[in-house]
Amino acid sequence: MIDRATIAAMRFGYGLPLPEGAPVDPAAMIERLAGPDLAARDWPGLTLDALMPGLREAEAARVVARRDAAGRPAYRAALRARVREQLGQRRTTLARALGSPDGFRERLVAFWADHFTTTARVGRQRTLPLALVEDAIRPQVAGRFAAMLEAVTLHPAMLLYLDQSRSVGPNSPAGLRRGRGLNENLGRELLELHTLGVDADYGQEDVRQMAELLTGLRFDTDEGTVFFPAAAEPGPETVLGRAYAGDDLGAIRRALADLAVHPATARHLTRKLAVHFVGDAPDPGLAAAMERAWTDTGGDLRAVCAAMLGHPAAWDGPLTKARQPWDLVVAGLRALGVGPDRVLRFSGGAFNRLVGKPLAEMGQPLQEAPGPDGWPEADAAWITPERLAARITWAMTAPDRLLEALPDPVALAEAGLGPLAGEALRVAVSRAEDRRVGVGLLLASPAFNRR
Amino acid sequence: MDRRHFLRCASTLACSAAAHPFLTTVTLAGDAAALGENRLVAVILRGAADGLAILPPVGDPSFAAHRPTLAQVPDAIPLDGMFALHPLLRGWADLWAAGELAFAPAVSTPYRDKRSHFDGQDILEAGTAGDAGLGQARDGWLNRMLQSIPGLRGETAYAVGREALAVLDGPFPARQWSPDLSLDLSPQARLLLQAISHDDPLFRDAALEAMELADLPAGATVPLPEGERVARRLAEVDRLADFAADRLAAGTRIAAFSLSGWDTHRAQAGGIGLPLMRLERLVLRLRERLGPVWARTTVLAMTEFGRTVRENGSRGTDHGTGGALIAAGGAVRGGRILGRWPGLAEGDLYDGRDLLPTSDVRAWAAWAMRDLYGFDRSLLEGAVFPGLDMGDQPGLIL
Repeated sequence: MIDRATIAAMRFGYGLPLPEGAPVDPAAMIERLAGPDLAARDWPGLTLDALMPGLREAEAARVVARRDAAGRPAYRAALRARVREQLGQRRTTLARALGSPDGFRERLVAFWADHFTTTARVGRQRTLPLALVEDAIRPQVAGRFAAMLEAVTLHPAMLLYLDQSRSVGPNSPAGLRRGRGLNENLGRELLELHTLGVDADYGQEDVRQMAELLTGLRFDTDEGTVFFPAAAEPGPETVLGRAYAGDDLGAIRRALADLAVHPATARHLTRKLAVHFVGDAPDPGLAAAMERAWTDTGGDLRAVCAAMLGHPAAWDGPLTKARQPWDLVVAGLRALGVGPDRVLRFSGGAFNRLVGKPLAEMGQPLQEAPGPDGWPEADAAWITPERLAARITWAMTAPDRLLEALPDPVALAEAGLGPLAGEALRVAVSRAEDRRVGVGLLLASPAFNRR
Repeated sequence: MDRRHFLRCASTLACSAAAHPFLTTVTLAGDAAALGENRLVAVILRGAADGLAILPPVGDPSFAAHRPTLAQVPDAIPLDGMFALHPLLRGWADLWAAGELAFAPAVSTPYRDKRSHFDGQDILEAGTAGDAGLGQARDGWLNRMLQSIPGLRGETAYAVGREALAVLDGPFPARQWSPDLSLDLSPQARLLLQAISHDDPLFRDAALEAMELADLPAGATVPLPEGERVARRLAEVDRLADFAADRLAAGTRIAAFSLSGWDTHRAQAGGIGLPLMRLERLVLRLRERLGPVWARTTVLAMTEFGRTVRENGSRGTDHGTGGALIAAGGAVRGGRILGRWPGLAEGDLYDGRDLLPTSDVRAWAAWAMRDLYGFDRSLLEGAVFPGLDMGDQPGLIL
């Protein structure tokens, strides 16, 4: 039996030690989740509004530079500015994970950010994926899934990532004039990944109809997300047996709202949550309770989280999930006592050396998931010889670079693992030839790498 | 060796690393007696590679109408009256002329209609029919083949490349490897790491392999031209190919590569460039590095499904059905197009949009395994590719 506080920290947070004042019983955890977003207040992030001027600047500079070599220095400067902005976004994300007393919220944000994975296709748009997290995901983690889905689908990061701006209704004025046509990418992933799931009862025609329904929706650098009627496929579309008439954003919104509460969506996404947080073969009672909460409330994510935390299976050991590289690095930094203020001062080089490059070597390059389906869940995907070697290397080298003096490994085992540090582990770290190796063994141990 | 012994050794520091069985350097001279002298290289093209781009059917009267921009490939290398080779694969023209390259232009797995990468890849690598359910055969077909050979040693097979490959996944202990693995641990640190990983098989086995692989001599290093993204990506292919070729020339008999970047939903003409260059490079580099062993080598490149016949609104293509299988190597009866070409006329398309597959891609792999290694048909149609009907001998292998 593992005590509740340890489960709360490891399974629903970023590990031990528990942040000061962190709640450990379900009701208190949900109450905190329902409250204000204190981490966003204490470590403010960059929204799309703040980032658009820079995106426009880079776009304009690029146009000039392509015409005229004299414009290249300005373009390169604009690109460097985007890199700095992205570094700021990443430091903020890390600071919140390290400093927030509401680790559960940060974990949920990370979950939904992965569910709605976007990556920047070009360097000048590199700030968009984390903007989507800030604008569309964070505000809704304790809200309604329908609101999150709409905000995400309409966000520039998603429209660019899945080629929506290039999709044109074949019979729309723009389509007929230029012979352009549909791009099914967003329509497909919306059904297959974001809502219903690939096993649900829909077909290629639904995908095509969804893609047609979405035509007109696009991103414009000057205006942001817009609806461009000339590209919209005329006429109603039918998706999953429902007709959506009206060539405007309203029709798109209605379709998204229906997808958000579809029973297949409820099943698909509650299962995904249960697998991610609790374990790869979720207790059927837990899964059913979460699914019921979704369908009963029309996709209220707070109710779904309450159903998850309220079920006894969520508090049973053992802790079987492999920590993804990000989770390991955050948990490691927390256990070592590295705080948010420290990481906010990391230069780009330091961030890359201590966090960015190690994460890539562990298999999780930041904001570069290989596809729209995001990072894998299976622990066998993460714990391969190569990737484990990267974890071990980080564990053996990063603490020394971060801290003036390394902690006593046995004390660190107590602080970072508590009851999860078994006899064999304590003996082993105490026998290491020096503190560096002892700390490294602890952070590379299975106990520290599972949650 | 049990756990208590580990701890005693760790605490007394009395054990030398050399005495400990888990730290023995891996033997690279494998058991060629079990598989003979034939080598098989599987290349999975991830992302649904467009067969009609790799091997444009320039002689098909409907091709240009379906692809107003993408069918324009002026430098394509004609192979026969119907098909040509994409210009970025021009290095393969010699292989075609020498009878070491063949294509089956209209193949697929039985997977239909959802056209999901994630399902499609798994099914390709699990080698089962879509309706059998993925739960039934989660490990890959290559691995199931290897499991059927008694006494075959784990060192014989390697999965190469950074992306996790399901093809060699499974109970058979194949190795996942990428040239840059390094691990700097003292002998005592290694012993302690093994001690703390002992009770978690996933970590224990990964740690042991990491330590063994880290001890292998470094792969060939290739100097990279400064600042050249393409050269860097091709140099990566060279390193992987060289390492695999060296092992294949020695004890290894099977290798599996993964090449991604094929999901060209938009601007396909540009987007497919680097994937094609890497694919061309991989085959040519293997041939160069294998030397005389090339004569005993078969390379099979396959993908989860093909792409739409018509180009889409973004000068790209979407997920389709029929795709191409590429066979290369000295062991291949090449210089020909394999299987029936269904044609691109409206009435000949699958679902009105895709290339109709005229054979099962798994059958080609199964026949290759039968011809190279002598497996029984019943094994191939039963355990390795459940539900497959291999059909007639296509004569792919010399």
